[in-house]
Amino acid sequence: MALSTTFYNAFFRRNSVYVGTVFAGAFAFGIGFDLGVTKFYDTWNKGKQWKDIRQKYVQESE
Amino acid sequence: MLSRLSAGVLKNAASSGAKKTALGARSSVRYASSNASASTVDAILSSRATLASASLLSVGTIAWYTHLYGTIPFVGEVHASHLSDEGLHPPSYPWSHKGILDTFDHASIRRGYQVYREVCAACHSLNRIAWRNLVGVSHTSDEARVMAEEHEYTDGPNGEGEMFQRPGKLADYMPNPYPNEEAARAGNAGALPPDLSLIVKARHGGADYIFSLLTGYIDPPAGVEIREGMNYNPFFPGGAISMARVLFDGIVEYDDGTPATTSQMAKDVVTFLNWAAEPEHDERKKLGIKAVIIFSTLTALSLYVKRFKWGPIKNRKIIYKPPTDH
Repeated sequence: MALSTTFYNAFFRRNSVYVGTVFAGAFAFGIGFDLGVTKFYDTWNKGKQWKDIRQKYVQESE
Repeated sequence: MLSRLSAGVLKNAASSGAKKTALGARSSVRYASSNASASTVDAILSSRATLASASLLSVGTIAWYTHLYGTIPFVGEVHASHLSDEGLHPPSYPWSHKGILDTFDHASIRRGYQVYREVCAACHSLNRIAWRNLVGVSHTSDEARVMAEEHEYTDGPNGEGEMFQRPGKLADYMPNPYPNEEAARAGNAGALPPDLSLIVKARHGGADYIFSLLTGYIDPPAGVEIREGMNYNPFFPGGAISMARVLFDGIVEYDDGTPATTSQMAKDVVTFLNWAAEPEHDERKKLGIKAVIIFSTLTALSLYVKRFKWGPIKNRKIIYKPPTDH
């Protein structure tokens, strides 16, 4: 069985599965994309943001 | 538009003119395609459309120039006022948050808050910023709480209908140095120190202007008279400003050991004020990265889909086959 057929049978044959795939994919993409952009942003602005200098000021009592 | 038109016309005129004389020498047969051109040039040069488009081009160019530079080209201007009345334009400084991907330098915001508190806050209010806004930006919540408690706020009324004093809380806004505008004017020789919450957005030149103003105090040049109690600053429109120079080397002592030079303090306090004017700045730029990525992908996708769908329609060939036998 060709890969495309397997793919078709797995995701596209039933509409419920298809819609579910779209929703789950959107959710996963949203999280992954956000993580990726945040990672890039934090690398680009290394040492400038509050989370980079925070440990100098928090009290040790925690 | 006119230049393209005239160049093409000239070329046509030259070639067709030559063709015409050659043809005329050989025979007297006149071809409509080769012969009408001499009069075509005349027709184009004297047509109403040419006149209209040339006029439109001139008017459009002048209008564009006027829009761009504010004056009509080649006409001199006479000013009743001197240009210094508009203030010197500030140079463009390389702020740490200048690029489209750059966040504020939060260590600088923290130092800038210290400069604001120890120097500026004597006269300038900052009434759109609450103590809680500093938390997670330049101070921890414990530090912000302690700083808030150092100030007294009027609250109430209590059970007896009396107003009472209490120490500040995180939710309180920064206290004003004067109880009202009249008191502020009376304390500053009639000049009202502006609220600094949105000052970076409220002034032309923004952060560059405020930095230049804070570091730009000089002696007035020859011929400029400054009244008693006023100070000369070339960046301030008019040159005479009521605020005196306040930042001098070493008037603030930073906790992180940064040397407190005038320009360092000015840079820090301007970064702090820029944050106060745009607290959403860092998050906005991050969202901007996301938006640009997503929207450019969607644009590319929709362009591709359009070409994909239109391909067969654009490339089809319609052939008429006449009926063969009847």
